[in-house]
Amino acid sequence: MLDWKLDFTWEILPRLIAAAGNTLVAAGGGYLVAVVLGLVFALAQRTPSRTLTFIVRELVEFVRSTPLLLQIFFIYYVGPQFGLRLSPWAAGLIAIGLHYAAYLSEVYRGGIENVPKGQWEAARAINLSTVQTYRRIIIPQALPPALAGMGNYLVGILKDTPMLSVIGVAELMHTANSIGADNFRYLEPYTIVGLIFLAISLPTAWLIRRFDKALRRKMGLTR
Amino acid sequence: MPYLDFLTTYSDRFLDGTLITLGQFGLAVLVAIIAALISGLMKMSHSKTVRATATVYIELFRGTSLLVQLYWFYFVLPLFGFTLEKFTAGFVTVGLCYGAYGAELVRGSIQSVPKGQWEAALALNMSPAARMRRIILPQALVTILPPWGNLMVEILKGTALVALISVADLMFETRQINNNTYLSAQAFGTALVIYYIFARFMVTPVMRWLERVMARKIGRM
Repeated sequence: MLDWKLDFTWEILPRLIAAAGNTLVAAGGGYLVAVVLGLVFALAQRTPSRTLTFIVRELVEFVRSTPLLLQIFFIYYVGPQFGLRLSPWAAGLIAIGLHYAAYLSEVYRGGIENVPKGQWEAARAINLSTVQTYRRIIIPQALPPALAGMGNYLVGILKDTPMLSVIGVAELMHTANSIGADNFRYLEPYTIVGLIFLAISLPTAWLIRRFDKALRRKMGLTR
Repeated sequence: MPYLDFLTTYSDRFLDGTLITLGQFGLAVLVAIIAALISGLMKMSHSKTVRATATVYIELFRGTSLLVQLYWFYFVLPLFGFTLEKFTAGFVTVGLCYGAYGAELVRGSIQSVPKGQWEAALALNMSPAARMRRIILPQALVTILPPWGNLMVEILKGTALVALISVADLMFETRQINNNTYLSAQAFGTALVIYYIFARFMVTPVMRWLERVMARKIGRM
C-alpha cells in the first residue's frame, strides 16, 4: 500500500539536495567538454582535407547512433585493459562530453552553414586570415541562431547524468539508489529525484525558450 | 583470447540480447506512436482540460530522465497496485518517454498542413474524424517522417537503459560477458558495432524508404 513517510522524506532530503549539486556539476562539466569538443568536430569537417572530414563525419555519426550508456561503460572499462585507469568522474565527463559533442557539432555546422556566402567572400576581399574570419565575422553571426539548440542540449545532458550512476558517480540517481537499498524504501527517493529533475529542467527549458524568442526578435528573425 | 574465438564463444548471447533489444525497440516504437498521436491531438483540442492533460504528460516525461522514469515505473508503481513485469515496464516507459517528444512533432506536422486542406474537407462535408484520417494525417505523415526518423534512433538508444532493470537485452548481456571475461574492449566494442549497424543500416534506411513511399503516394515527387 502507498504510504508516503514524511519524517523519512525530511531525513533523506538534505542528502538528495547535496547530490543534486553533484548532478549539476556533472552536467556543467560534461557540457563544457561537449561545447569545446563539438566545435573541434564542426571545424574539422570544414578543413580542405577530405579524409579528415570523412573520418570526423563518420565518428560523429557513430557516436550519435549508439547508446550513451554503452559509451560510458566502454570508456570506463576499456581504459584499464590498456593500463589507463580513469576515475568514474573523469570517464563519465568524457563519455557525456563526447556524446553531446557529436550533437553540438551538428548545431554548430548548421549555424556556420547559415552564414551567407557573401560574408566569407567579403572577409576574404578585405584580406582577413581564416582565424580572423571565423572569430570576427562567422562565429558572431553563427552563434545566436545556434544558441537555442545549444540550450536544449544542456537540458538533455542534465537529464542524461543519471546514467553516470552505473559507474559510481555519486549524483542524484546513485544517491537515491543507495538510500533505497539501505532502507528498502523506493517511493520517496525516486519520486523526490523525479521532482528535483522537474524543478531544474522545466524552468531551464522555459528560460531557454524565452531567451531564444527575445534573441530572434532582436535579430529580426521572428517568424 | 583472439577476437574471433571471443565472438564464436559469445555469439549466442549477443544474438539473444540483440533479439530482446529488437523486441523492446519494436514495442517501444509502437507505444511511442500511440502516445505521441493521442497527446499531440489532445494538445490541439478546444477543451482546456484535454489540452492541460496532454501538457502534464508531455512536460512530466520530457522534464525528467528516462532512467528515473524506468526506476519509478519498475520500483514505485507496484506500490500503487500496478505491478509491471520488467520486460513490459521497459518498453512501456521507453515508449511513453519518447512519445512525449513525438507529441510536439505530431502537433507541428498537423499544423503544417495548409489551411485550405482543412477548409476543403469541411466544404466536402466530411466529419471531423474522416477529415483527420483521410485528408490531414496522410499529409502530416510526410512532414513528420524525417524528424521521426531521428526519434527512432533515440528510441533505439533509449532501450539500452532497460538493462538497468535487468531486462536481458543487448546491453545487459554485454555487461554480463564483460563481468565474466574482463574483455571490455571486445564486449562493449562488439555491442557498439551492433547498435551502430542497427541504427545506421536498418532503422535509417527504412525510414528514408518510408519517406519516399509516402511522398510518392500523395504525389509530392
